[in-house]
Amino acid sequence: MGLQALFFYLFAFIAIASAFMVISARNPVHSVLFLILTFFNAAGLFLLTGAEFLAMILLVVYVGAVAVLFLFVVMMLDVDFAALRTKALEYAPVGALIGIILALELIFVIGGSTISPEIAKKAAVPIPALTERSNTQALGDVLYTHYVYFFQIAGLVLLVAMIGAIVLTLKHRTNVKRQNISAQVARTPETAVSIVKVKPGQGI
Amino acid sequence: MEQFFFTYVLPALIIVGQSLLLLVALLLFIAYILLADRKIWAAVQMRRGPNVVGPWGLFQSFADLLKFVLKEPVIPAGANKGVFLLAPLVAVTLALATWAVIPLNAGWVIANINVGILYVFAISSLEVYGIIMGGWASNSKYPFLGALRSAAQMVSYEVSIGFVIVTVLLTVGSLNLSDIVMSQADGLGTKLGLPPSLIDWNWLALFPVFIIFFISALAETNRPPFDLPEAESELVAGFMVEYGSTPYMMFMLGEYAAIVLMCALTTILFLGGWLPPVDVWFLNWVPGIIWFLLKASMVFFMFGLVKAFVPRYRYDQLMRLGWKVFLPLSLFFLIVTAFVLKLTGWA
Repeated sequence: MGLQALFFYLFAFIAIASAFMVISARNPVHSVLFLILTFFNAAGLFLLTGAEFLAMILLVVYVGAVAVLFLFVVMMLDVDFAALRTKALEYAPVGALIGIILALELIFVIGGSTISPEIAKKAAVPIPALTERSNTQALGDVLYTHYVYFFQIAGLVLLVAMIGAIVLTLKHRTNVKRQNISAQVARTPETAVSIVKVKPGQGI
Repeated sequence: MEQFFFTYVLPALIIVGQSLLLLVALLLFIAYILLADRKIWAAVQMRRGPNVVGPWGLFQSFADLLKFVLKEPVIPAGANKGVFLLAPLVAVTLALATWAVIPLNAGWVIANINVGILYVFAISSLEVYGIIMGGWASNSKYPFLGALRSAAQMVSYEVSIGFVIVTVLLTVGSLNLSDIVMSQADGLGTKLGLPPSLIDWNWLALFPVFIIFFISALAETNRPPFDLPEAESELVAGFMVEYGSTPYMMFMLGEYAAIVLMCALTTILFLGGWLPPVDVWFLNWVPGIIWFLLKASMVFFMFGLVKAFVPRYRYDQLMRLGWKVFLPLSLFFLIVTAFVLKLTGWA
């Protein structure tokens, strides 16, 4: 138990410290790198609670894909973040409001489960004990068996969002030379090369 | 005090000892894989390859190591110093960290975790950070271009690798790497009434997926023909242009550790891990680790041959192959596998 507490405080401390560095670092690329460190430690915290599947998915999806794109964009765009920072105080009230709402929600969730513990037990599908079913299987049960239609609809929403993004950015330009891969592959020596006998001193 | 020793100190010492043993063995293996790579390349071009240091050049990698370590590390004036030095460390640490879950033999694994394959996938998807950080922190044009290329490339090919892994998982029903190997003890051959042999392994039943995985593994580890991030004919050395001495060596070490990891992963997912090719007594008598190393070396031999034979892809061809060929194909085979398993009741 002592070891687990030690790791909890280690992950939690690094997560909070690097989250603080995300908003205080001067260089935006450093901010993103600290964000990645925060994700990493959050994955560690997931591991400590026994949610190993969520921890790995957090790494694969957020750190391995989303944060790479973040870093990609931040590195490519030459945004003058120093100028943005001077306006930071203008946005402070909105940020504070969001923070207060989040804190209130957290208080409701934690307070609710301590005041009436029976609420926590009213989950629609009781998750079996860890000894019977690993949490990968339990998540699979919930997502793909009990709530498969909702899962499909969520996928559809993402599909619509993706099509929207493509429609917004797709431009058919006519003056661009495109490759036709199948035409390139279909080329044979017969269609591509012709052998010409050139007489000396005459050329073609 | 005695209880404290037996519950905390002793297990920790054992884990540290196992990790050190694995690391030393792995680094030795990488040293010779590097030499093999150069020798294979040389043999294809009808050269001799490194043959001066030691008999047949066997100590070449160690001479290179000394050379790298004894040189002065140069940090460019405009570089972001912290990130510049952190990048090779990240590359090598992540590449070595993955080995914690790789089973080399029945029970020979440091951390036999439930989600082993996901862990490997997660950590290998992080390896791109070493390259991006190195390219960005160098504060120079070519490294930056190399970093951008590798970011796009590795993210693209991860998608098809992910689908291939899911296809294998469907046939196995477990995320544990040891379970994946053991599930290959019976398969196609035993269903036909043959004794357990190499046709039971996943490579035959999932042959198209195996090919997709092999090619995607080349792209994921930035091996030729997909070495666009360090394409020397256009980007000098890509993201490593500004690196020299020990930091450069660490990048190379990370790269080769990732390559050997992909060879080991191919062995585990498709070539039956430590299982002997035919179930007869004298082959069963050979330790599983020998089979594992043989298979991994064979996969690396194919990596080496591809490097020597195949010309480098153009970047748009690389992207087309990843998104328009491998992604639909691997998705198609995933669905086909799921249907076959469901309809035949083999799952």
